[in-house]
Amino acid sequence: MTIDTKSPADPVDHTAQEEQAAGPSRSERLSALAQQHGALVTLIVAVAAASVGFDTFMTADNMENMAVSSAFLAVVALGMTFVIVTGGIDLSVGSLFALGGVLAAWGSRYGTAVALLLPLAVCGLIGLVNGLLIARARLAPFIVTLAAMLAARGILLSVTDEGSKTYLVDKDSFFATLGQGKVLGVGAPVWITVALFVAGAVVLRRTRFGQYVYAVGGNEDAAALMGAPVARTKIAVYTVSGLCAGLAGALNAAWLVSGVTILGSGMELEAISAVVIGGTLLTGGFGFISGSLVGVLLLKVIQNVINQIGSLDSAYQQVVSGAFLAVVVVAQTWLGRRRRVL
Amino acid sequence: MTDLALGRTAADRDRLLRLLQNYGVYLGVAVLLLVNIAFTPHFLSGENFRTQAVQVAPVLVVALGMALAIGSEGVDLSVGSVMALSTSLVSLYLGYGMWVALIVALLGGMVVGLANGSLIAFIGVQPIVATLALMVAGRGLALVLLPQLKDVRDPTMASLGSGDLLGIPYLVLIATALALLVAFVVRRTTFGRQLLAIGDSRPAALLAGLPVRRVLITVYVVCGALAALAGVLATARLSASDPTSLGNLMELSAITAVVVGGTPLSGGRVRIGGTVAGAVLIQLLTATLIKHDLPPSWTQIAQAVVIVLAVCAARERGKR
Repeated sequence: MTIDTKSPADPVDHTAQEEQAAGPSRSERLSALAQQHGALVTLIVAVAAASVGFDTFMTADNMENMAVSSAFLAVVALGMTFVIVTGGIDLSVGSLFALGGVLAAWGSRYGTAVALLLPLAVCGLIGLVNGLLIARARLAPFIVTLAAMLAARGILLSVTDEGSKTYLVDKDSFFATLGQGKVLGVGAPVWITVALFVAGAVVLRRTRFGQYVYAVGGNEDAAALMGAPVARTKIAVYTVSGLCAGLAGALNAAWLVSGVTILGSGMELEAISAVVIGGTLLTGGFGFISGSLVGVLLLKVIQNVINQIGSLDSAYQQVVSGAFLAVVVVAQTWLGRRRRVL
Repeated sequence: MTDLALGRTAADRDRLLRLLQNYGVYLGVAVLLLVNIAFTPHFLSGENFRTQAVQVAPVLVVALGMALAIGSEGVDLSVGSVMALSTSLVSLYLGYGMWVALIVALLGGMVVGLANGSLIAFIGVQPIVATLALMVAGRGLALVLLPQLKDVRDPTMASLGSGDLLGIPYLVLIATALALLVAFVVRRTTFGRQLLAIGDSRPAALLAGLPVRRVLITVYVVCGALAALAGVLATARLSASDPTSLGNLMELSAITAVVVGGTPLSGGRVRIGGTVAGAVLIQLLTATLIKHDLPPSWTQIAQAVVIVLAVCAARERGKR
């Protein structure tokens, strides 16, 4: 946090008396609530507005489509949430997503196990290297994962003959059903994603590892003094992020029944946006898994609405999500400042 | 006795390491030049040098702005999108003459810089995040203005892109002049000193009464303007506006050039000579790999390795 004690615009001023009271004051609780559920409220409003505005929005087809296309980004955002809660960032997930997809499509000819394990192994390994460089060599996460983003894209290009080769997945294989199959009318990727989010939430909220993740993000030195394994926690979160990105890529390849090389660029930004919109603080130490899911859905609803307005260029999508991210970050910074002890 | 001997070797190693950090980038450029002179056919031709230099120019112009941002302990991820925005604006306003187009493009970049700077200086958003938002929105905006590739047919632009003065291309002259100007500003002006002080420690700069907000906003406005200018230069060189791909991954190349050149990411120090050499190093590396028929994928992996090595070196210096 920046040291900025004399900001005249600081909203703390008029609530100063309340702040002095013991325990969280009403305004504190309100801002915490806004931080936690602001995205959910916005999502509900957006869905309500869209279903009133467009007849085609609330159809089962459109809903299913949105759910499945959200699933892949959601899995990437799940891993990203762990990284951001530790106060780090992972820019390599877009490349790892594409790499995972291509490796899965290539591996699918040797069976489902290879199709899943190969991308998990390679992307997990790259995530592990990220974590080692960040935690042990103490390099900036931003630079390390930027380099990994380049390197993973390079590996992807060399696996596919400089991007000219597309590997196809056999449509009748079990691997393809992981992407294409449906359970109770809902696509398999959606179920897998839901299961992963439940597991992720339990890990972050209910395990010792989850506590370490929060502790490291809150204050690294304090966490170290407390006896938390700071380096190991960091290595683990980047590995998890790599695994999630690789798995999302593999599922996406199963859904598209091919490994498409050009996917994933800009995905790191979408994932970061979703996590931030979901209420997780980029400074670390505060955030939740469910928020990231809401963030992904909100981004996808916005995309869907823009696509439905036929006359609107898809370029507006980028403008809207960028502006949205800016608004959320500004709001977060203000709310965070309100709760900060000066 | 042994302690003394050990102390000396440690000091020697220290000095060697520092020399390598400060001048390693020049060493890298020299090695690449020698390797190319020895192994690359037709490397030693005026034509080749000209091509390489013209390709470095836009990257260098962006990297100069980035060096200022990094010196203030920030970063600007939106530079690639600003280049795209600037190329769209140039195409739209070229009908009113090239100078109008240039000024509109620069203003566009400065507005983006102002937005970045305000988020960072007034609201206290981290630079990565603040500029991330405009990185996403900027390219969208560029595509809204100009949805697809458009040829630029303007004699003044054409001569800016391919003309030269005494055999030196305009693009190279402009980039060199800007590098000298930025180096002067960093070393010899109050603004430069304030910038470095803020990069060193923002709380200390605040306590010392420096105009932190004004300096930070200026840094990002200048960074935006330089990125926009780079967009104009690239448009002139390519004789086309391509908002979809112009400036893609430019933030990466610029950051790499700055960091490889010895400017620490932790701020407080700016090395313009190193930045120039860093931009040349990346260009030479790419050209070498391509000339020897190594696939583009290798270029990306090589660039990644260079980044990590450079940051490792910078870290050692920070620790001492």
